[in-house]
Amino acid sequence: MKIDRAKQRKSRKKRNRLIYRSGILAVLAAALIFGIVSSLQNDNTVYREGDDAPDFQLEQISQNNDLETVRLNEYEGNGIMLNFWATWCDPCKYEMPFMQELYPEYKEKGVEIIAVSLDKTDLVVHQFIDQYELTFPIPHDPKGEISDLYKVGPLPSTFFINPDGEIERVVEGALTLELLEGFLDEITPN
Amino acid sequence: MDKLKCECGHVNPEGTVLCEACGKPIEGNQHIDGNDKKMLLNMRYEGSARRSQTYRKSFVDKVWSFFSSVKVGVILIVIALIASMIGTIFPQAQFIPPNAVSRDPAIYYEDQFGLIGKIYYTLGFHEMYSSWWYLLLLGLVGVSLVICSLDRFIPLYKALKIQKPKRHETFLNRQRFYSETENVTESDLERMKENLKKLRYNITEQDGHILAEKGRFSRWGPYVNHIGLIIILLAAILRTTPIMFTDEYVWVREGETIVLPGTDGEYYIENKRFIMEMHDPEDERFRDAIAQEGMVPSNFQTDVVIYKAEREVPGAEPELEPILEDSIQMNKPAKFDGYTLYQQGYQQNEFSSMTFKIHETDDEDATAIDSFTVDLFDPEPEYILDSGFRVVIEHYFPDYYLTEDGTPASETNYPRNPAFVLLVYPPESDTPEVSFLGIGRNIDATGENEYKVAIQDFETHFVSGLTLRVDRTLIFFGLGAAVFMIGVIQGMYWQHRRVWIHPKENGILLAAHTNKNWFGLSKDIEKAIEDTNINMVEDRQDLDKS
Amino acid sequence: MDLITLSSNMLYAAFILYLVATLFFGATIRQKGRERNKKSIAGNIAIGITILGFLAHLVYFITRWMASGHAPLGNMFEFVTFLGMAMIFAFIIIYFMYRLNFLGLFALPIAMILIAYASMFPTEIAPLVPSLNSHWLYIHVTTVAIGQGILFISFVAGLMYLIKEIDQTKRTNKNTLLEIVLYVGFLFIGFIAITTAFNVMDYNATFEYQEGTEILETEYHLPPIAAPNNGVLLTEGVMEPWFETPAWMQGADAGRKFNTVIWSVISGTVIYLLTILILRKRVGAALQPLLRNVKADLLDEIMYRAVAIGFPIFTLGGLIFAAIWAQIAWGRFWGWDPKEVWALITWFFYAAFLHLRLSRGWHGEKSGWLAVIGFGIILFNLIVVNLVLAGLHSYA
Repeated sequence: MKIDRAKQRKSRKKRNRLIYRSGILAVLAAALIFGIVSSLQNDNTVYREGDDAPDFQLEQISQNNDLETVRLNEYEGNGIMLNFWATWCDPCKYEMPFMQELYPEYKEKGVEIIAVSLDKTDLVVHQFIDQYELTFPIPHDPKGEISDLYKVGPLPSTFFINPDGEIERVVEGALTLELLEGFLDEITPN
Repeated sequence: MDKLKCECGHVNPEGTVLCEACGKPIEGNQHIDGNDKKMLLNMRYEGSARRSQTYRKSFVDKVWSFFSSVKVGVILIVIALIASMIGTIFPQAQFIPPNAVSRDPAIYYEDQFGLIGKIYYTLGFHEMYSSWWYLLLLGLVGVSLVICSLDRFIPLYKALKIQKPKRHETFLNRQRFYSETENVTESDLERMKENLKKLRYNITEQDGHILAEKGRFSRWGPYVNHIGLIIILLAAILRTTPIMFTDEYVWVREGETIVLPGTDGEYYIENKRFIMEMHDPEDERFRDAIAQEGMVPSNFQTDVVIYKAEREVPGAEPELEPILEDSIQMNKPAKFDGYTLYQQGYQQNEFSSMTFKIHETDDEDATAIDSFTVDLFDPEPEYILDSGFRVVIEHYFPDYYLTEDGTPASETNYPRNPAFVLLVYPPESDTPEVSFLGIGRNIDATGENEYKVAIQDFETHFVSGLTLRVDRTLIFFGLGAAVFMIGVIQGMYWQHRRVWIHPKENGILLAAHTNKNWFGLSKDIEKAIEDTNINMVEDRQDLDKS
Repeated sequence: MDLITLSSNMLYAAFILYLVATLFFGATIRQKGRERNKKSIAGNIAIGITILGFLAHLVYFITRWMASGHAPLGNMFEFVTFLGMAMIFAFIIIYFMYRLNFLGLFALPIAMILIAYASMFPTEIAPLVPSLNSHWLYIHVTTVAIGQGILFISFVAGLMYLIKEIDQTKRTNKNTLLEIVLYVGFLFIGFIAITTAFNVMDYNATFEYQEGTEILETEYHLPPIAAPNNGVLLTEGVMEPWFETPAWMQGADAGRKFNTVIWSVISGTVIYLLTILILRKRVGAALQPLLRNVKADLLDEIMYRAVAIGFPIFTLGGLIFAAIWAQIAWGRFWGWDPKEVWALITWFFYAAFLHLRLSRGWHGEKSGWLAVIGFGIILFNLIVVNLVLAGLHSYA
């Protein structure tokens, strides 16, 4: 009897010890992994695919477009290609013609292209718009507020936003015509 | 049975080396602390049962005992130490000097240091301190820290709590400080107790056995300082989350008001002016040094206004309310609402405005007919001059360069190398003359221009580099550092000293132990036995060398 | 007499006083066993003179501070001189704890070598750059120096322990290693000797060379054995360089520094060989009899005690105060700057020292080697990191 009880006590103690040690080791391992993983994530992107695209409002400066201001929320129900660009960015010059080429067709289908210019001076933007004959709205962000809001890194950067206002896809760098078409199709309202 | 019963009646847990109550060496366990080969007892952790050294069963237990070994801890520290050294052989990627041939790590290391540099780069040593394995190494040191502390604290606490004044004879005569005195009078013993009390020892007695003890709290020092280190490591983990820590670098031009990045558009900053001052080379104190080493700056300063922005939605024209006017200097950051702004750098490579004059091409004196000033951040599309000239800016390149296919373009957003294509309409004329104008360039495309435009004057401005930081973890780092310092001082600047007196027939056995500063302990005992005939303890360390 | 002259005279005075004190500490060796443990007259005079020297050193520090308007901790000369002062301070404290005269016989000369070493750097009072213009300069640097000064005593005790305990009867790996440690000391002496000699002669050779994208000039005060990489000699009538500094050596004046190292090694080796020739045995073997009467256990204890006292102070000054200042000046309390990394390495090392001693029982000889290596790391941080691995702390 006595031996049995002693044995029981011993195995209970052993089990408690196992639980105690596994618990602490698990906590330590979790802390370790969390620490390493989160410090290796260098990109400080705040908005990822699947997040709601934050609203903003900017002055629209293209003379080829009738809007005075652009407000993102007003496009709910439409797909939005939100492009960040600048005149001094070489790859932007590459993809702008494709955007212009597809714009009329997709505008019909309910997709709006909004290309936020990050240039400091109005003049160069106007000259660029004239040169490439762009007709989609060009909001101007000279203070960098919206590019900071979206944590835009290299230019061009493009956010494809679906009709529900969610970011469907984030692309850094220039797009080809085929890619652009495919991504626009993804956010076209049914 | 997993319990060991000592002859004094105390029941010890398995793995005990010295009985927790009376200190008698427990048979069969002496190899654990190496007591079997030595005359003196190893007093580490009071000979208590460190759990990790006893059970080696399941996988969890194996992992546990691996990390609970001080040897493993020290090895991890040494590996971290060596890795840290390697990281300083060549500059880390962030410290590649700005005047290097290339700041691209892929080129820099091989170019500067040859094959070894290439290996260094390939192995990723150029970003050593943010590499996963270096972080893992520091993390493992932390794990070892936690487990070692947990494993040793409880048994040590118990052993020191349970210890009795009445010790086994073997325990005494295997101490480093030991003496036997044949005949000791009651009054000698009383005097010694009095003396020990004067030296601030706590005295406990049991059947004529005496324990005099002081500075026990210093034994907790190591645990306290390890807690401090754990707090620091936790703070480091917290710091990796954006809620606790933000870090933004922002360039602000003189006169410019921009949004402070990382504040969700809530704050704006205006750079009123940037000041750079130099030490006076005529200052008598520093004249020699400045003559030898060149000019030395004495101050970098940005005068700023911080605004809080009220606006309906991001991007909408905000209402700015100034909340702070300050001069930011090195060592004197500006603080507002939990944010801190630091002076970090400056640039003086931008133009703010340029003034052009128009003169007749064949006028050798280049007398100005008229002139106009262009704000390089906000040029007008056309300038209509009093003299009847009209100048249209056909193209503006703030930072001019020629692309590979020969077209002019701008490299950046900023007027560092402004260039223009100007259309000059002479009075009453509809046919423009085309001029290309930049710094050191003045090209007449047709060669038939009657009028020439030239740069008459320009203004430059400073760009101030500021760092914006929010660090809500600082308080934890501070707390950790404070706890560490308390622990390390507690453990290092005090010592746990104990003196045991064991009556034997007419005399006594006297033994003493301390965890450090034996010199101080022997001085204490000398004072304690003053004017008694009790024998001074002998230091038997030398006898122990095999 | 103006403050600056007074200040440098005081530094000379301190140096001479330390020298005299060393001689008196030397005199204590001759005393017979029993006297030595008690307070001896020679010992009292020696420590008295040491304290006098320390006061002169302090006057140097204060007058220089008054003259320049900022604490003299701004460049290599000033910092190393202050470190020498901290070492003497630490020695005085430890002396009054243990009253071991022999310690002075070793600690003072080594501290003096360091002070002499300091004065080989430019000694003009330089203005402070904005980043150093903070009260934390004083707080951080003085605490670090005091911590390192106390750790230096641990090194001295460890070295004495090794000299005393290592068998010198025949050549072994251990005594060869010890000899190498002593030889490094000779390199410092060599550096001081050769630099002083050519300074007296006012030697000068100027080179022009390319560093990155800039063309720079550098002045050699020692005959150029190694020219700067791609350097062109401008001065006429001086020795032609034998070869060029390899390109991978980086930083300001890499060629000049490399040349100085070559000269130090040459002259240090010559002095070392001459010493051997005169002694006709290893330097370690020659020193060993001096320590015959010291208790090894006492040395071991001083070595450990000094680490126990110095480690917290070093942590406070070298890591915690450093972090606070870095936070105020640059907004980041830790930036993996080489100097910071080496402070961390020092800290790791002494942490390992303490754990090995407390938990693994590394006493005596093992501990002695660690104390020597530990101070080697401190010197590396002081000299190599400052002069070679450029960073924010790069002086001179």
